[in-house]
Amino acid sequence: MPTILESLDLDCSLFHSYSLLFPVIRPDATILLEIRNLHAKVGDQPILKGVDLTLRAGEIHAVMGRNGSGKSTLSKLLAGHPAYTVTAGTVHYKGEDLLTLAPEERARAGVFLGFQYPVEIPGVSNLEFLRVATNSRRVAQGVEELDTFAFEDLVRERLKVVQMDPAFLERSVNEGFSGGEKKRNEILQMALLEPLVAILDETDSGLDIDALRIVSAGVNQLATPDNCILLITHYQRLLDEITPDFVHVMAAGRILRTGGKELALELERRGYDWIDEGLESSDQVDSIAPALEVV
Amino acid sequence: MSPGSASAVWLESVLRVFEPSLPAAVGATAGDLAQSRTAARDHLRRLGLPPTRQEAWRFTSLAPLIAVPPRVLPMPEQAFEPNHPPASKALRLYWGGDRDPLAGVDLPEGLSRLETSVQDALLGTVLQTAGTTDSWLARFNAALVGQVLALRVRGRVALPLELVSDCGQETGVRPLRLLLLLEEDASLELLQVHRASDTSLTTVVVEAQLAPRSRLRHGVLAQGAGASCLLAHLAFSQSPASELDLTTVVGGWGLVRLEPAISQVMGAAATRLRGLQVARDRQIADLHSLVRFEGPEGQLDQLQKAVVDDAGRSIFHGAVQVPQAAQRTSASQLSRNLLLCDRARVDAIPQLEIVADDVRCTHGATVTRLQQEELFYLRSRGLGSDQAARLLLEGFCDEILASLPESASSWDPAAALLRKALPR
Repeated sequence: MPTILESLDLDCSLFHSYSLLFPVIRPDATILLEIRNLHAKVGDQPILKGVDLTLRAGEIHAVMGRNGSGKSTLSKLLAGHPAYTVTAGTVHYKGEDLLTLAPEERARAGVFLGFQYPVEIPGVSNLEFLRVATNSRRVAQGVEELDTFAFEDLVRERLKVVQMDPAFLERSVNEGFSGGEKKRNEILQMALLEPLVAILDETDSGLDIDALRIVSAGVNQLATPDNCILLITHYQRLLDEITPDFVHVMAAGRILRTGGKELALELERRGYDWIDEGLESSDQVDSIAPALEVV
Repeated sequence: MSPGSASAVWLESVLRVFEPSLPAAVGATAGDLAQSRTAARDHLRRLGLPPTRQEAWRFTSLAPLIAVPPRVLPMPEQAFEPNHPPASKALRLYWGGDRDPLAGVDLPEGLSRLETSVQDALLGTVLQTAGTTDSWLARFNAALVGQVLALRVRGRVALPLELVSDCGQETGVRPLRLLLLLEEDASLELLQVHRASDTSLTTVVVEAQLAPRSRLRHGVLAQGAGASCLLAHLAFSQSPASELDLTTVVGGWGLVRLEPAISQVMGAAATRLRGLQVARDRQIADLHSLVRFEGPEGQLDQLQKAVVDDAGRSIFHGAVQVPQAAQRTSASQLSRNLLLCDRARVDAIPQLEIVADDVRCTHGATVTRLQQEELFYLRSRGLGSDQAARLLLEGFCDEILASLPESASSWDPAAALLRKALPR
């Protein structure tokens, strides 16, 4: 079965942006995040080699790919991790240059990264941390800061999103939390910070089936027509719980294929080898544009 | 030390200043104190200040003492601390100068002045038991001190005790000495607070004898500033089944040296040591601890932390002695240090002397910077880099601060140490 592009017999190298090719669900929806030809390195090692991606309000995107394909680099770079250096390309958040902002400025503006490995911070109260973080976002939103009591009311309400035990508020940030508890704590933070762009880096890793369902249900509750979510994952099982509007496949620092949720099923069935074939052919057009295919 | 050197001149001046004043010891005969004082003065005149070529003083020069005017530091006019009202459930005593801190005070049930005869017999014995009679700090204190605060603890004292020495803006030297006798099954919570904000020297010696099954939770919260100096020797002898929980927190002193010395006289006691040093500018924070197990089945749990910025320097020397008699000892010692800049320096020296063969003794030391991944995590949640660093610092210190007696909260130690000792 030929893809739409194949049936049109278009030469991908003619296009500099996949958005020119790819149908959008709500063309009138606000573009929240626009990544163009993004190149980045860590140390001297190039990791991202021309990523293009557009996220509109109300969309859920999934990025899949092998280990080392650049998925986590993309997520950390968007959050402003200092270890990564952008060597080319642009990222705009609500039309503004995101790359000039410090990590905390991005967070306050509404960009959220759910960590694959949330760090443990002994001695720092989870409740106090959540309160300071929430208030820093509220200040940026022009909303009144919450005092201790008002915040406790809010956090107890948001705990329900991830069915989290209030006892975790009294502990140090992520200290001694199980893998599932850490991920719940991440989604709790998302619930409190109400980001417009939420990047969830392998939120499903380390979760048992029940925890996966709880965390996924939380993310589904938090997905609104006004925000967008970028899921980084290896597995279809997350996408069984959170239905993406788009699935992108990364390899060698680029997005090589984009499709609907069916693409993830195909990956589950066929693995990544067939993507590598695309990688070889895309290398031939590397200098012009990434190879793209709508499944 | 050459007779004409600046340190010799300073030492002689201090000894002379304190020579004429020998107030009646609180509840003690002045005679015994005078005797030990004379011996200590002779010793100091002979040996002077300890030179850095001595191993115990290798990293710590006492040169900053010379800047302290050789005068008796008076009790500040205003002893009350308006910014730090005492916790309602604590008895606060002001300590220093000629004043008897117990004058006019109704001591809570279980706490009383130690009888003169007992005090005479006990004074110096804990130092002997701990093996630190020769400590320069102890001798220096003995050469100056004119009175001893001596207390007996019987049964459980429900009201925590707070001993406050505040040098305020005064300059000069203040010697303090505390003698504690905890009877069998007695328990006490004690917070020792030392404050100074100018060129002063506080020298303090604590001797505490813990009888079987007694419990002492002892905190030392010492906040200095400028060129203030603190020299403290803290000696404890523990009988079997006694528990000592000692937490020392120091910051802001030009020079501070603490010497906790603990002897488990027959083993089978529990010692828990927690320590935090905060140093910046050119401040020196030194802690030399010594724990001796003289019998079997003793326990030690020691955690010493330091936060060092600028050209500050932290020294931790932790000696643990486990002789043949101390079989089945369980001892752990950990030193964790945070360096905030390249010029800061930490010297962490564990010294375990283990002769017994059936023991479990561990030790370790780490020196790190603020973790970049932790900083990034906090920043990715909207916290500014300074705010994130502050939160991480507070988290690092909190583990120790939380071990202080509860009455320490009225002194807001985190704020005092981190916002004042490490302003950014």
